[in-house]
Amino acid sequence: MSSCLKLTLACGAALLMGGALAAGPADKFPQVGRSATGAEVRAWDIDVRPDFKGLPKGQGSVRQGEVVWEAQCASCHGSFGESSDIFTPITGGTSAEDIRTGRVDSLLPGANQPQRTTLMKLATLSTLWDYINRAMPWNAPKSLSADEVYAVTAYILHLGNIVPAEFTLSDANVRETQARLPNRQGMSTAHALWPGPELGGQARPDVQGSACVRDCKKEVVVKSFLPDYARNAHGQLAEQSRLVGASRGADTSRPPVESLMPKPVSALDQREKAAPEKIASKAPASTAGAAAVMPLLQKNACIACHGMDSRIVGPSFREIAGKYKGRTDAVNYLSGKIKAGGQGVWGAIPMPPQALSEAESGRLAQWLVKDF
Amino acid sequence: MLSRFIRRAPENFLNREQIQAVRAGRRGFLAGAVAAAASAMAADRSMAQGVQDDPAIMNLPPHSKGLGQPVAARPYGLPSEWEANLQRRQSPGLTRVPQSSVSFAPLQGLFGIITPSGLHFERHHQGWWDVDPSKHRLMVNGSDERMLKRPMVFGMDDLMRLPSVSRMYFIECGANTGMEWGNVAVPTVQYTHGMLSCSEFTGVPLRTLLEMCGADFKRAKFVLAEGADGSGMTRTIPMSMVLDGQVLVAWGQNGEMLRPENGYPLRLVVPGVQGVSWVKYLRRIELGDMPYATKDESIHYVDLLPDGTHRQYTSIQEVKSVITSPSGGQVLLDRGFHTVTGLAWSGRGKIRRVDVSVDGGRNWKAARLEGPVLSKCLTRFNSDFVWDGKPAFFQSRAIDETGQIQPSYGELRKVRASRSIYHNNAIQSWALMENGEVSNVQLS
Repeated sequence: MSSCLKLTLACGAALLMGGALAAGPADKFPQVGRSATGAEVRAWDIDVRPDFKGLPKGQGSVRQGEVVWEAQCASCHGSFGESSDIFTPITGGTSAEDIRTGRVDSLLPGANQPQRTTLMKLATLSTLWDYINRAMPWNAPKSLSADEVYAVTAYILHLGNIVPAEFTLSDANVRETQARLPNRQGMSTAHALWPGPELGGQARPDVQGSACVRDCKKEVVVKSFLPDYARNAHGQLAEQSRLVGASRGADTSRPPVESLMPKPVSALDQREKAAPEKIASKAPASTAGAAAVMPLLQKNACIACHGMDSRIVGPSFREIAGKYKGRTDAVNYLSGKIKAGGQGVWGAIPMPPQALSEAESGRLAQWLVKDF
Repeated sequence: MLSRFIRRAPENFLNREQIQAVRAGRRGFLAGAVAAAASAMAADRSMAQGVQDDPAIMNLPPHSKGLGQPVAARPYGLPSEWEANLQRRQSPGLTRVPQSSVSFAPLQGLFGIITPSGLHFERHHQGWWDVDPSKHRLMVNGSDERMLKRPMVFGMDDLMRLPSVSRMYFIECGANTGMEWGNVAVPTVQYTHGMLSCSEFTGVPLRTLLEMCGADFKRAKFVLAEGADGSGMTRTIPMSMVLDGQVLVAWGQNGEMLRPENGYPLRLVVPGVQGVSWVKYLRRIELGDMPYATKDESIHYVDLLPDGTHRQYTSIQEVKSVITSPSGGQVLLDRGFHTVTGLAWSGRGKIRRVDVSVDGGRNWKAARLEGPVLSKCLTRFNSDFVWDGKPAFFQSRAIDETGQIQPSYGELRKVRASRSIYHNNAIQSWALMENGEVSNVQLS
């Protein structure tokens, strides 16, 4: 009995050892993970590389792109890709000469180009196609068909005068289109900021400091400091520092002289100061109302296009309230408009439909009607 | 130049010692002040004449005379309500859309090297999600069928069975301090350097997963990491770092799961490399034989040089340090002894030395490095300072184990000018003025 048991154990041990010896890295962790199916890989493997590996077949014209653009892109990026003041402009800053040379002149110092646009930087057409395909439109990514992505890409290139108005972009002509990108020669990997030899960069970092310890400079001149008007631009700094320790936050609601000393350190006073809800309660009622709906406004990116008192892409909330609050059905009307979107009331740029619940759009409509 | 922004206190204004005495209620203030000025014993305040008994000692507070809160009153603990000022905050005007924005960690109030998970800086490109971990999948595939023997799918149940490691690393956004390339732009260290955090991360080396798939490491030279969020964040990851086991597929952060804002339930950890490569909500790894030129390595996170070219695939966060206290927007309470404290880090390895200057970089003194000093992790440094009430200019300068020395703004701009946005690792200067207030400055 006992020898039989020993034999069994020995056999088992031998089997285990044999198994371990035969195992490659792939078998080291049995029963962990599984093979991906072909359909699964096709569903998720959406990237398009600079050599266009991964690019699906398809085509889209500039004119088709314009239709998609006006409906789904222009509200953030502007009808001509110039963008609102929220998003970086896509077009501008490139020339016919850049298309010839593959280098964008307006990237040079002193070129007087206020902002670097997407087309000024774009060196690989795959980047534009891949990003639109995976991440746009902003509030409904991965909703465009391949042909729509071709079309929008073509439209952007047309806005940059890279392709003509009657152009159709397709998997068949992406390479010749790539060869027209204004900044196609503008990228460099000749640096030491990539860990490893794969990009053939440089071993030696380009910037090195000095380890001087004594009498390292003759005089110290303040070259740049925060201007007075920016003192409170990041809010009351006294409320952004701990209430005990070697220092306090500066009282930036007043100029420096008056903030000679921090506010009284008496714990109760400070406690009142520190409690955000108390600060909010002192604010005017309308601000409190805005604070209550702010999470909703932020979650749905309303404030990307509407300011409280200023126009951004669409009208300000105050303008909207002013126009409709007199209507008896104002709450219902605005609630419906928020959900459905629209175009033409405030200008040509459409507001896309918004994915809020009835209750949420109702809350926002209530706030618009009651709080302004 | 200095006098342009340091204004003296007006005549007849109470001096700071007198105000402090009033504020603290700890002594008959004039008598105490006179005694302090006159006596050699002034340094020991308890022995000064006229000190009144401290009500904080004499009057027992309610918490000494009553019953406190029960256990588990807050099943997930919260910071003291006295600490409510220390929050991650946005920089007004930096971005207009909160889903594609940044919140900065309050470095001015943090100790040691670990960032509390709730104060970890945030950067989202298309909003954050709280992803159901039971439905989260990680796929590993190749750019062609010969890159690996079999593409695989892992659930969280699979990944968390594998042998894991826990390691402490810093994570810094490539654009940290980006607002300061040209000139001073923001007031405090929270906004100048707060896209920086440090955690203990727990996960499985990516190399293990690639081996399980039978990766052909001779052909596979690059890794694409892809997120499951709306932006489908994608970055090319250096294979050399994957091969030496540094890159982790992580689910743990400071002993618990990742916070949703930091990629729950799965993110990539790429030590020493800028934060954008630490892809959150990691859903896919692809092996390939060329870099991918994704949006965030072509349109953004490219560094503009004076010759009009952009550097692409700039990844390493180079040697850098900053004094977190005294720092911009703080007011020192008193003259006398202070600790100058700060953080140093390098994406190339360990910190070897940190020097501190209090005279704007004329003279430097080695700071104490508080342990542990770990590779690609924050290192805390401290230096003693006795303030005599005169203006001072604080700077710190880190040197890493590869011999790289943190540059001054002059040294950095000489090579890269000031339009790069990314990878600003210049020496930070803080000016301490006679009124005790500290402000952000850039020096010659």
